[in-house]
Amino acid sequence: MKAKTKFGIGIGIILVSLSALAWMGAKQSQTYYHTVAEISTLNAAALQQRIRVGGDVAAGSIQHLPGRVDFILKEEGKTLPVSYVGSDPLPDTFKDGAQCLIEGHAMPDGRFVAEQLQAKCASKYEAAPGGTESSQPASSAERKS
Amino acid sequence: MDLFGSFALLLAFLCGLYAFGGGIAAIITRRPLLIKSARHAGMAVCVLIWLGFGSLAYLFLTDNFSMAYVVEHSNRTLPAFFKFAAIWAGQQGSLLFWSFLLSIYIFSVLFTYRGKHPELMPYVGVVLVGVQLFFLTLNNFIASPFQILGSAAPSGALQWILRADGNGLNPLLQYPEMVIHPPILYSGYTGFTIPFAFALAALLGRYPGEKWIHLTRRWTMIAWGFQGVGILLGAHWAYAVLGWGGYWMWDPVENASLMPWLTGTAFLHSVMMQEKRGMMRVWNVWLVFTTFLLTIFGTFLTRSGVVNSVHAFAQSRIGPWFLGFIGLVLLVCCVSFWRNRDYLRSDNTLDSLVSRESSFLFNNLILLVACVAVISGTLFPVLSEWVRGTKISVGVPFFNLINLPIGLFLLFLTGVGPLLAWRKTSLASLRKNFGGPLLMGLVAGVVGRALGLRNVYVTTCLILSVFVTLTILLEFYRGARVIAARGNCNLLSGVAQLTMRNTRRYGGYVVHFGIVLIFIGISGTAFNQDKQAEMPPGAQMQIGSYRLTHQSFDSTELPNYTSERATLAVDRGGKQIIMLYPEKRFYPSNQESGTMVAIYSTLKEDLYVVYAGHSPETQQPVIHAYLNPLVKWIWLGGAIVVLGTLLALVPNRQPLLALRTAAEPSRAAPLLSPAPAPVPHYDGHD
Repeated sequence: MKAKTKFGIGIGIILVSLSALAWMGAKQSQTYYHTVAEISTLNAAALQQRIRVGGDVAAGSIQHLPGRVDFILKEEGKTLPVSYVGSDPLPDTFKDGAQCLIEGHAMPDGRFVAEQLQAKCASKYEAAPGGTESSQPASSAERKS
Repeated sequence: MDLFGSFALLLAFLCGLYAFGGGIAAIITRRPLLIKSARHAGMAVCVLIWLGFGSLAYLFLTDNFSMAYVVEHSNRTLPAFFKFAAIWAGQQGSLLFWSFLLSIYIFSVLFTYRGKHPELMPYVGVVLVGVQLFFLTLNNFIASPFQILGSAAPSGALQWILRADGNGLNPLLQYPEMVIHPPILYSGYTGFTIPFAFALAALLGRYPGEKWIHLTRRWTMIAWGFQGVGILLGAHWAYAVLGWGGYWMWDPVENASLMPWLTGTAFLHSVMMQEKRGMMRVWNVWLVFTTFLLTIFGTFLTRSGVVNSVHAFAQSRIGPWFLGFIGLVLLVCCVSFWRNRDYLRSDNTLDSLVSRESSFLFNNLILLVACVAVISGTLFPVLSEWVRGTKISVGVPFFNLINLPIGLFLLFLTGVGPLLAWRKTSLASLRKNFGGPLLMGLVAGVVGRALGLRNVYVTTCLILSVFVTLTILLEFYRGARVIAARGNCNLLSGVAQLTMRNTRRYGGYVVHFGIVLIFIGISGTAFNQDKQAEMPPGAQMQIGSYRLTHQSFDSTELPNYTSERATLAVDRGGKQIIMLYPEKRFYPSNQESGTMVAIYSTLKEDLYVVYAGHSPETQQPVIHAYLNPLVKWIWLGGAIVVLGTLLALVPNRQPLLALRTAAEPSRAAPLLSPAPAPVPHYDGHD
């Protein structure tokens, strides 16, 4: 067999196995983005999916309850009641008016159960240090997934 | 001073236009005077940018709060050290900073090669100035840092505003590492412009031979070194400051810095094939094009808000400019490649699967696959929206699943590649070079298994780490033994001499060893554990072999922040080791809070303790403790990579003849034989 053929086979094996891994990884961790408005219109199949929603934390809506934190997420006038049940402590930046990104599942009753939560301060700062390529403040709760 | 700065930048832009146009004219007319004048204009651009940057620094250091950008990122009480760092804390300043670093590179190149390589340098100058012009356009017209605070008066005229104090710097950035991390990373990003410019210039000018590769080798290594250190510093900052217990989470902003590093690494390796065997010319040119495009693309990602990341800059209108520039560069690359493609024809073809060439090919392939995986994972939401109409993101498992095997395969190649011969390697030499190390690696794997190591990846990593380390040590040992025997010196000075005779090769080994340490450090992640509990003073927590005792809790008000701090005594086996003070700070001025992580770090593991605030129900302090094995090895490995890179930059000390016999012990049959090695091209790394 010519060296080139052997080489081609080697490359083929590598690419195929890595694509398989990529596909598995994608299946395991894929998360659907939805807007707050879309959540109420999702069908039953979509409720099985992992969903990510972003919005602002409604002022005064944060309630610390045993085992969970409830709050209301606002986006373009629509609201979504959320229960955060993740094991990680809430990030420092999570407070009234903060921009917030949550991941979890939508419940049939319209409540969203979030397992992960990232928040960034709606402050006068830009969110990131001079374009630095490093992790930034916000999220502590999401980190460990 | 603001006027001075913005005029300097405007003048730099005009000067750049001249250098660009004049450079092209010089290439066409080949008039020496015009070539010289274009070069001088290019250098003037750099100096003008330095002046612009200097005046911005001056505005920061003198607390000029009539400037919008200064107000936004600094305040009076900020230490001067951080005032300087605040220059690149925002969009506009960081773009000027980018220009500034790029201009340092450009100036050094134009100055170093002034009057040399008359066939190549005019092209290089034009490409470099072209890139600089793009950033100057942004600095001048799109995101100028020299904007004055003003408001419209009732009459409609603009009124100046002078603020008493600025908004201050984000507390998360008030950390020494944040002062050096951006400059180092940016030096990496901008540095890749140099090999790019030379590659494009060589292609455009059909510059003969592989000379451009020799000329850019050091520049590429510098950029590559900076990029790597920048990435690690960012990871370390995230680890030490953000308080989530880890250092890497495949965030788009992290990925943006990793991608050009991956292709840059591939380029560093594959140029050797072109130098030694005249192969891979097309590939190399495209690798360096890609690397450069990825640096621009990385900045685009972090600045355009295209990908949802909490880390990125606020959304701005700057995105389309970057996209346009990427498109333009790509077009220029494609056209010049298409028109000059016959110039890139290969001298040789692949001979055997078990050869140095093929190990480089696999190395390149796998690095590129990793890069593609990282890009597609990062852009998954964008891509899926195009293809399927729904926005889907992929998370950490995606990146880990694909990159773990890639990493291990690379680690394997790290050990094997450098010892394979060019063209074809015989079975006997394979056995001789790899038999011992491989056996020891397997033994280590079996021992690990017996000691309870169950994770396949970790076991493989252990085997490979032992294997690679031993091959590297063996290389040093064999070479040094020959020198020691000949020169009647001891083995240690033999090692030193050996290294200095072929710094590129042995510096490369040192880098490889550093990479092994980083892999070992990363593999520790498999054993991470963490525990969270409410801990009123007096309470205890056991994690691993450590016992934490909450001794006292205090909250104090300081001028610029309030602090809540727990005092924890740490003991192991009844012996007290250290006191840890995890802390939470609240900055009332900007309503931000910050976590101060307390870390007790040893080679074996890091005890990483975060005070996570009060429990809302019981009002008791909550302590979150992590036990992260081997993390220190990552930073240690990083330091060794730097050392190796620096070594490889040092010129060789001895003439090539001496080097060949010395650096080739594995080939010369009896070790004391003075006969030169049979295959003349063996000494791969120079």
